[in-house]
Amino acid sequence: MRLPPRFLFFLNAAAILALTTASASAQTVGTNPTPGGVLNVSILTEPVTLNSGIHTTMYIGEVASKVQEGLISFDADLKPVPSLATKWEVGPDGKTVAFDLRKSVKWHDGKDFTAADVEFTLKEVWQKIHPFGKAAFANVDSVEVPNPHRIVLHLSAPAPYLLNYINAYGAPVLPKHLYEGTDIVNNPYNVKPIGTGPFIFKEWVKGSHIRLEKNPDYWRKGQPYLDGILFRFIPDAAARVVALQSGEVDVSVGSALPATSLAQFQDESRYSFNQIDGNYLATIAFAQFNLNEKHLSDKRVRQAIAYAIDREALLKMVYLGYGKVATGPVPSSVTKYYTPDTRQYPLDLKRAAQLLDEAGYKADAGGKRFGLRLITAANQTQYTRTAEFIKQSLARIGIEVELQIPDYATFLRRVFTDWDYDIYVSSMHRMPDPTLGVQRIFWTRNIRKGVPWTNSSGYSNPKLDAIMEQAAREPDETKRKAQIKEWQQIVQEDVPILELVEPVWITVSTVRFKKLALQGDGLFSSWADAWLAPKK
Amino acid sequence: MIQSRIPVVLKFLRRRLWQVAPVVLGIALLNFLILQLAPGDVVDVLAGEAGAATPEYMAQLRASFGLDKPVPAQLFYYLKNTAMLDLGFSFRQNMPVLQLILERLPATLVLMVTAMSVAAASGLVLGVISARCVHRAADRVISVFVLIAYALPTFWLGLMAIVLFSAKLGWLPSSGMTDISVELTGLDYLLDVAKHALLPALTLATFYLAVYTKLIRTAMLEYFGADFIRTARAKGATEIRITLFHALRNALLPLMTMLGLQLGSILSGAVLVESVFSWPGLGRLAFESILARDFNLLLGILLFSSVMVTVLNICVDVVYASLDPRIEL
Repeated sequence: MRLPPRFLFFLNAAAILALTTASASAQTVGTNPTPGGVLNVSILTEPVTLNSGIHTTMYIGEVASKVQEGLISFDADLKPVPSLATKWEVGPDGKTVAFDLRKSVKWHDGKDFTAADVEFTLKEVWQKIHPFGKAAFANVDSVEVPNPHRIVLHLSAPAPYLLNYINAYGAPVLPKHLYEGTDIVNNPYNVKPIGTGPFIFKEWVKGSHIRLEKNPDYWRKGQPYLDGILFRFIPDAAARVVALQSGEVDVSVGSALPATSLAQFQDESRYSFNQIDGNYLATIAFAQFNLNEKHLSDKRVRQAIAYAIDREALLKMVYLGYGKVATGPVPSSVTKYYTPDTRQYPLDLKRAAQLLDEAGYKADAGGKRFGLRLITAANQTQYTRTAEFIKQSLARIGIEVELQIPDYATFLRRVFTDWDYDIYVSSMHRMPDPTLGVQRIFWTRNIRKGVPWTNSSGYSNPKLDAIMEQAAREPDETKRKAQIKEWQQIVQEDVPILELVEPVWITVSTVRFKKLALQGDGLFSSWADAWLAPKK
Repeated sequence: MIQSRIPVVLKFLRRRLWQVAPVVLGIALLNFLILQLAPGDVVDVLAGEAGAATPEYMAQLRASFGLDKPVPAQLFYYLKNTAMLDLGFSFRQNMPVLQLILERLPATLVLMVTAMSVAAASGLVLGVISARCVHRAADRVISVFVLIAYALPTFWLGLMAIVLFSAKLGWLPSSGMTDISVELTGLDYLLDVAKHALLPALTLATFYLAVYTKLIRTAMLEYFGADFIRTARAKGATEIRITLFHALRNALLPLMTMLGLQLGSILSGAVLVESVFSWPGLGRLAFESILARDFNLLLGILLFSSVMVTVLNICVDVVYASLDPRIEL
């Protein structure tokens, strides 16, 4: 349930005012942790299971990452730091990756964690079931376990993206002794996970909450500081806002609060903001074109549409400034590969009209050229509002847009199975590496009807395919950067997808919530180093 | 007199309960067929939420959920399971459907029964006052009050109640059914639930209140002019007796009809209030299962509620007969 759009718009105006006057957002780093206390957390949606190894849904990862752990974790700049692996080295040809595993780590049921667990999870879960893992570990040919605390991956071709990915969300290690020989997808431990993490799963009352308790035998001595974590599921957005204000909730993770309400949390003596927690996901909101549609199959029409949409204004009006204008398929947070040196489409209605004329779609006496359908799912207010924004923008160049806003399941079916759409608006995680999260949007081999978030525009460019496939196994970092740059330039010229905004994932918390260090994958932080400062 | 009616009631129940089975099966069949029309399935939504998927994985999921079978085969299994009272398994929630429903049922019952009782009781009182003071100040005030209560969107009223009583005053909790940060037992637990139920129940009651008030008022006014009331007056019965024992008893019949109908909506009627107050009830479960295309669960809830509605209808019939001896079972 949502507030009526008119009401939201009224709030927007207030929020924009507040934003322009607010100073740099406060962060959540602290020193001198205080042990004790239970942290109350609200997330956007109740998860369906608690195993990130099977479903990469954000909400699952936000909870499961406190129980499950990956081999590595990421710091504020998305550089890998040790977690279950203490050390790793990539062979000179890029074809071996070796991990030294932490000793005397125990699963929550008391069994020892060893390389056998990693090997099992890699072969049976990451490579077979995990939707990103299948791509991420595709090059892993064989695995060698010289001793229980070392594992070596032998690759058919270098996989330079691996170390950008394998945290508690991307590749959580599962206990072999509980999963081996079972139906992994329907294993009962998917809803009562046994991990190695700082918190132990205690109970899940569906529709109400998940309770985690401190793991007293956690391998990081002295941590976790918290006695437990309570994830509360509050389905209504306005009620989530009130819950944080009334102190029933301490932290609201993953943009669980609507942007329109953030103005109410600008008091830095009471609340802190964190805007880098979701950098790892590297999300971009976009409008994708169906290239099988008569008009949109013409590159000039797509470029004209790109020139007609003022993305600065979109960012301000719909996202209230929380984010950046997207300049290409790789988001700016992926600093290693991002380039702004691509074709850009600033607002230019004349140019847009000219391109449409060239394409043969002249305006009639009433200024109309042709009509298009624009579909988006009803479950996210900002997409609905983005769609409305695009409709208004395109009216100015004579394209009449018909909005279609069905529920999520219908949207998925129409776009990815039936291809019964002209333009759709949504967002996709681009992940810390373009090979993992960006290639899938443009790759000819990923034109797969029936599968969500594949190349559903039907865009196919053999030259680009070759570049992307080369970048996926290029061991030389300099060459790889050049390839990914060319890749970005090609798709910005062809615009099968119009990149709109890089939204940030916002965590709002009471100032009492502190961590020793920020993380670029903070949504999936274990919170071992988190605490609640005493009330003043 | 009451004793003589018991065999009649039993006979009636036996007859009606036999009628329930085909009705419920028919409903199950219809539910299944209608849900086939919805685009997308549970696997689409799971894969969509995950932000990525592979065709092999989706095929594997569909096979393990039985969704790869042709529709007639799925229907056959569904009807067979239904006939054996097996509601199936929710693959999305990883739990048997019956367990999911039974876990949520108490919360729904607490909320609905409290809200309905409050609404019926205050509707009764307000309706009687209205009818006694018809077209006078009290009647007008009550009319305006119930009209406003009825017209206000319940979610808005709920939110405003939360803002005032939870955020500003801090008197009452804003969400949930119990305080999950402490373990309570016995009386403390009941008090805690009562505290949590107060706002949602009152919010929900405002919606029903207006209907009950108006119903009672209209029925009473009609009876005040009836012959048997004139007879009662002629006999010298007091106004209080006439109002409460002659007119009100008769006016209870339309109220019962309405209550019976609305009890049927017990499972779905409170979705908005449950959402606003994070009340872990069945309405939300049903709503979420529609969005997630979790049809095993949705079919289970629908079947469960159709059974409840038919049973409640039978109860209402029995209550009718005891309120009005002229009605035969």
